[in-house]
Amino acid sequence: MGEFKVHRVRFFDYMPSAIRAMAFNSRTERLALSRADGALEVFNFADSYFQEKVIPGQDGRAVEALCWVRGRLFSAGLNGEITEYDLENLRPKYTMEAYGGPVWTICSNSQGTHLAIGCEDGTVKIFEVLEETIRFQRNLDRQKGRIISLSWHPSGALIAAGMMDMIKVFNAESGHATHRLLVERGVGASKSREVVVWSVAFLSDHTIISGDSAGKVQVWDGVTGTLVRTHLVTKWDVLALSVSRDESSLLAGTSEGTVVQFQFISSTVDQHDKEWVRTRTFKNHTHDVRALAHTDTAVVSGGMDTQLVVRPLLEKVEKNTQESALRKIAFPHRSLVSCGKKAGMLLFQFHGHLELWRLGESDGHGKPGDSLPVKRKPEKLIQLKRKGDDHICCSALSPCGGWLAYSTISSVRLYRLQYNGSNISITKVAKLPKVLRSAHQLCFSSDSSKLFASTTHSSVIIIALSQSECKYLHTLRPKSGTRQPVHLMSASEDGKWLATANSDCEIHVYSLHKLKLHCTVPVYSSCPTAMAIHPTTSNLVMVHADQQIFEYSLVQKEYTEWSRKLQKQGLHHLWLARDTPITHLTFNPRNPAHIIMHDTYMFCIIDQNLPLPDQKTLFYNQMTLRSLPEPERTSHSHSFKICKTFQHLLCVSLLEDHSLVVVERPLLDIASQLPAPVRQKKFAT
Amino acid sequence: MVEHGDIRVVHRGGSKINFREPVLSHDSRLLLCASGECVKVFSSSTEECVHDLQGHTDLVTGVLLNPSNHLQAYSCSADGTVRLWDFTDGILIKTLVVGFPIYSLYASAHHNGVLFIVISMASDKRSELFQLAALHLPQSGDQLVEAREFSSVLGDVSSNPAAIAFGQGGEYIASAKGLHLEVYFFKKQKSYRFSLKEDNKKGAKNTFTCLSCHPKDDCIATGHEDGKIRLWRNFNHKREYTYSTLHWHHSAVSSVRFTPEGTNLLSGGVESVLVQWRYNQETQKDFLPRLGAAITHIAVSPDGELFCTAHSDNKLTVIQSCVKVSAVIQGLVKGESVRTDLMVDPRSKALVLNGKPGHLQFYSLQRDKQLYNLDIVQQEYIHESGLQQFEVVKAAFDTRGNWLATVEERKQKDSTLELNLKLWAYDEQTQSFVLNTTVSGPHEARITAMCFCHTADSQTTMLVSASQDGHFKAWQLAEAAQTEDEGPFWSCDFVGAYHSLVPECCCFSADGSLLAISFQEVVTVWSPASWELLTTLSQPPGAIRDLCFGRQSCSKYLLGTTAKNLLCCWNLLTCTLEWSTSMDVSLLLSDPLSENMAAFCSHAGCTDLFVFKPSEPRPLFSHKAICSGKVTRAVFAPREEMLESCEESSQWLNRSQLYFLTQYMDLMTFITKAEEDRLMASSKRLVIDDSVAVTPFYLLLGKHRQQQQEKQDRSFSAERNQLPQGSVAIKELLHTPAHVLPSASFLCSMFVRSLLISVTDSREEKKSEEEEMESDKEEESECEMEASTMGQGQTAEAQETAAPALTKAQARELRRVKKLDHSWLSSLLDS
Repeated sequence: MGEFKVHRVRFFDYMPSAIRAMAFNSRTERLALSRADGALEVFNFADSYFQEKVIPGQDGRAVEALCWVRGRLFSAGLNGEITEYDLENLRPKYTMEAYGGPVWTICSNSQGTHLAIGCEDGTVKIFEVLEETIRFQRNLDRQKGRIISLSWHPSGALIAAGMMDMIKVFNAESGHATHRLLVERGVGASKSREVVVWSVAFLSDHTIISGDSAGKVQVWDGVTGTLVRTHLVTKWDVLALSVSRDESSLLAGTSEGTVVQFQFISSTVDQHDKEWVRTRTFKNHTHDVRALAHTDTAVVSGGMDTQLVVRPLLEKVEKNTQESALRKIAFPHRSLVSCGKKAGMLLFQFHGHLELWRLGESDGHGKPGDSLPVKRKPEKLIQLKRKGDDHICCSALSPCGGWLAYSTISSVRLYRLQYNGSNISITKVAKLPKVLRSAHQLCFSSDSSKLFASTTHSSVIIIALSQSECKYLHTLRPKSGTRQPVHLMSASEDGKWLATANSDCEIHVYSLHKLKLHCTVPVYSSCPTAMAIHPTTSNLVMVHADQQIFEYSLVQKEYTEWSRKLQKQGLHHLWLARDTPITHLTFNPRNPAHIIMHDTYMFCIIDQNLPLPDQKTLFYNQMTLRSLPEPERTSHSHSFKICKTFQHLLCVSLLEDHSLVVVERPLLDIASQLPAPVRQKKFAT
Repeated sequence: MVEHGDIRVVHRGGSKINFREPVLSHDSRLLLCASGECVKVFSSSTEECVHDLQGHTDLVTGVLLNPSNHLQAYSCSADGTVRLWDFTDGILIKTLVVGFPIYSLYASAHHNGVLFIVISMASDKRSELFQLAALHLPQSGDQLVEAREFSSVLGDVSSNPAAIAFGQGGEYIASAKGLHLEVYFFKKQKSYRFSLKEDNKKGAKNTFTCLSCHPKDDCIATGHEDGKIRLWRNFNHKREYTYSTLHWHHSAVSSVRFTPEGTNLLSGGVESVLVQWRYNQETQKDFLPRLGAAITHIAVSPDGELFCTAHSDNKLTVIQSCVKVSAVIQGLVKGESVRTDLMVDPRSKALVLNGKPGHLQFYSLQRDKQLYNLDIVQQEYIHESGLQQFEVVKAAFDTRGNWLATVEERKQKDSTLELNLKLWAYDEQTQSFVLNTTVSGPHEARITAMCFCHTADSQTTMLVSASQDGHFKAWQLAEAAQTEDEGPFWSCDFVGAYHSLVPECCCFSADGSLLAISFQEVVTVWSPASWELLTTLSQPPGAIRDLCFGRQSCSKYLLGTTAKNLLCCWNLLTCTLEWSTSMDVSLLLSDPLSENMAAFCSHAGCTDLFVFKPSEPRPLFSHKAICSGKVTRAVFAPREEMLESCEESSQWLNRSQLYFLTQYMDLMTFITKAEEDRLMASSKRLVIDDSVAVTPFYLLLGKHRQQQQEKQDRSFSAERNQLPQGSVAIKELLHTPAHVLPSASFLCSMFVRSLLISVTDSREEKKSEEEEMESDKEEESECEMEASTMGQGQTAEAQETAAPALTKAQARELRRVKKLDHSWLSSLLDS
């Protein structure tokens, strides 16, 4: 496997923000998720839960509710605005003031023709969804007290609205309230506090289900307006409800971090009178479950503890498949760290600022596994605050450490860095070419002479950098006419090639000498999650969300022999069962046959010279291999060498001096920075 | 050698009453539980044993109310029979001979004529695999029926009776074993099987321990090893089944039970807390804590009024449905081991042994009831695993039961041994033992033996204790010297030793003139009067294990057993070895009321018993393989009345009865054929046809109808239904003012007696008519005499009526009538 000096970096204080809302589009199998900082993420559930798109947040925008209308995504927030998002350019398309104070909830009818929002002033406003925009249609009868939650009846004729202490049912045609369901307050001290109906669900059989701050899930008959059943689920709040598409199962998320499942089953085998019965309890969170989605096969939950948890329902999926494993998505599926390989510097991207660190140094030597004495401590050189309200969407550091660039949805900024070992100076490059307004991805060439920025329709702008000025060179455009944004970009070491990958799973390779499209890699159904061009052989290595690995020769414009062999033999099932995608890929210049890649829980060196692992062999990692006797070790050795010494990896990169940089962010550190969860009585405490 | 054909080893007294789930009768007044080889019927309100249902010849493994007649109960036993009882009167109605050991018994009201039994899978009796089979009840009316017609329902079930239960309406039966739950639907004849993973990441064990089915909904509650309760629903689907989990218990749930209405779920386990969950509102639960010991079974009465829990300390607790304890029935407490010997209290003739931790229990074997507990240690017992606490390790009574000596010890890992010798005086006023003297640290090391001097006449009593520190001490009651207000107390009188060897056993001769103490291989004989070493007896090699003086005519003999499998008998007159024989005697015991001695010999994993007289070469009695394992505790308990057995082999049982504890802590005894027959004879047997319900009116009027019939026959009267007003007795009843009438029970007893005498063959013919009449009576549902007379005229209306079911009030009335009846009968006979 080879031995490396490792910089074990734990000073990246990356802190994901809490999940606020979720919406699942079962037609496209996309989950939209909003976080407390206003950022939106889109996960593709059909493609191994890959985080396909990220729309950065904005100061002052808190998304309280999300809603899909066919393929369009709408959000509403406490700033009183409704926003529709441009998912192709990863930015808000337009925002519309609702004029009703803070908006608590947004909900579309099942036909997708109207949106209803619930406002602080007690109005339910109906918006018509038009081709390009939405238009205010009318208000329903104004109520006293805010509207916290809304749910359309599937027929679209009725709307249930959760309020303080009550639920109201409106006729969507007339706008008049038809029922008023009073929700009982909690007992004891909370008797005096009014109860908040956090969530309602209106089922097609006119059953209304509500979850409230007294910890109850209540089943109401929507025709007569009577209470059918009360399930006391928690001592705290029931924050979210989600009903499965066939209305046979219901989920309730609580402040205790549990998700409680209710099922609509008949009490005796032969009879058909069904009722809602509390069945399973899932406890995958430590904090409030704020958002829930019930897909056909899984329970998707997220909350204050920032993790997205996909818990498959085992009766709906095949056993022991990739689908049947519990997934916790804690980190973004893209790199937040860029590494100045030559200068030994790291750039960390936060949503509000950038941090530039110089790595520590050590001249000690030790046995494998020893920790070396640190001669010079790592040092934070710069903390650069962004300008404006928009959050940073991407950033890059040039390999020489002389340039730094970042982009928000509205602007791109480039800085010149000068560092002489003790002093650092930073100067903003004042005049950037006009074409460079915003970028989805930024990337420097290996000799730091060019900056590549991807913009709309997967096009790439090339800018030449020099000491005196920066100059627009060219715009590279793919021939496919795709409108999707680029999410990966990689320039070759020798400066000849540039590869881009977009959300349509296309990978385009451009020749930088000819400044034109060189070739398009055959499109694979799964989205690439990491790719890199080999420095000597000019082979493009790609890893996809379904863990498949391909190697494509740019010279011959075909898959290499090794890649064909790998596809023929198939990857080991344990490799395919990994639940986090490979997020970064690099090569070892000392041994051209080595590919270094990592996901959250391991990094792996693939030795292309060694035989591929057999399906039946055990997939030993290096730790257990080392404990085996020498002859056995060679017989078990195969091309996948996995190291799990480092966990919760955000970046693994190889520096110029052949030392490895490993950026860790232990989940425990994240958990310790979260606010305290609600107090729960634990046994024996 | 004498054969033992007519003497049997039986469970008699002190048996487990927590072995199987207790059963509450339909009106919650009686409690049935399997206890050894009989079924005990307790009153749930007074805690008294009403009677025993005797008849089985092996352990009773299940008791069940007859679903088609709630005044009857089935019991099954390892002897391969199922018996049907009338438990209110203690009458054996029917015996079904199955032929295989039965491990548990189930029935459902929806499966008529079928009983479900758990038997071994293979014909081999030692097989570990069990199956559930449906046993079709033969329609024969005989008392003893062969029932060979059975069909297998489920293979591979658990032998634990709590792991099988009938579902709602008898539509399915659920069985749990290991990590699998199997539900068999009778209609579809299809079974569904659900499995759990062995354990989850936290190491919780998912093994099923018990289950219960909801009486109305399709919901199965299962208890698990890790303390979870799962409620299974939708189990008629292979994949879409679902369950919810309730978790309160911290370790294995041993019993779950739905109440008859299905509104509550009861569960219990090691925590000795009864938990009551609201069905469908599981967050609300009630607790009944501090029940004393781990709950092993929970039973609910059919009307849901009473719960009954069985506990690991052989106790039944009757709990009202408002979660309040109303009665406690305590059996013989048996821990993992008995540190003290088995003893008999000379005053109460009760068996004395370790009971609750730090207590001695006094258990009356005759009445099969715990008399009381004596707190010896007098310290709070702390329930914590691994904590060493004071334990009573030795106890001894003097001959008259005036004094009780106890030794308690505590040995912690590193600290020194703590010992206390306590002497208790019997207080006539309080009728219990009162602490007289506490000697802390009577010896430096563990006390190996302790005995009182046996003299019956001497005024001074003496206690000798021998210890591992190499000394033996004699303790005597000394008068208080200084102050008058203190009574006499015990003090050390003599300290003896012999060549710094460790004394192991000590024994006084019957007249108290000699004390024999064994020092490893040497037996020393001392005179307690002068403390003079009289002689030493030695029989190398092997350390002495037991020492025993002969009694009565054999008092010149001293018997000892050695570790080298030798039983020796010394003649004390000549001080020579009289005889010796080679056998591995684990326990040697002398009967205080005769010259007989009992020797338990372990041989090839079993224990053999020899009863012999020291003076005779031939054993009086021998029994091979009385039980498996070693017997280390036994006692001769004196009988209340002597048996008059003339057979030679059973004469040794005339004056006292031999009880012994097996390695599984079962208290067993010996019973002669004659005694067994007598017991059998005393329990009543009666065949009453199933289809005729016994009502008070039936009993009351049966006789008069008989008479009428005879009269009609004689007079050839065409009028069939003659009003019973003509009867003398009824007239007498009706026309006498109530306040001058004797009590109703008195009259009743007369009727019943006359009825019993006058049963003739012609009764069968009159049956249908009687039935009609009864059915009318049922409609009246009153027990008044007027109603019975009026009813006569209406009998012609109802033509075809099946056997009517009794209402609850009637059943109660009937039982009251019957119970009173017996007491009155006996009093009449006495006077």
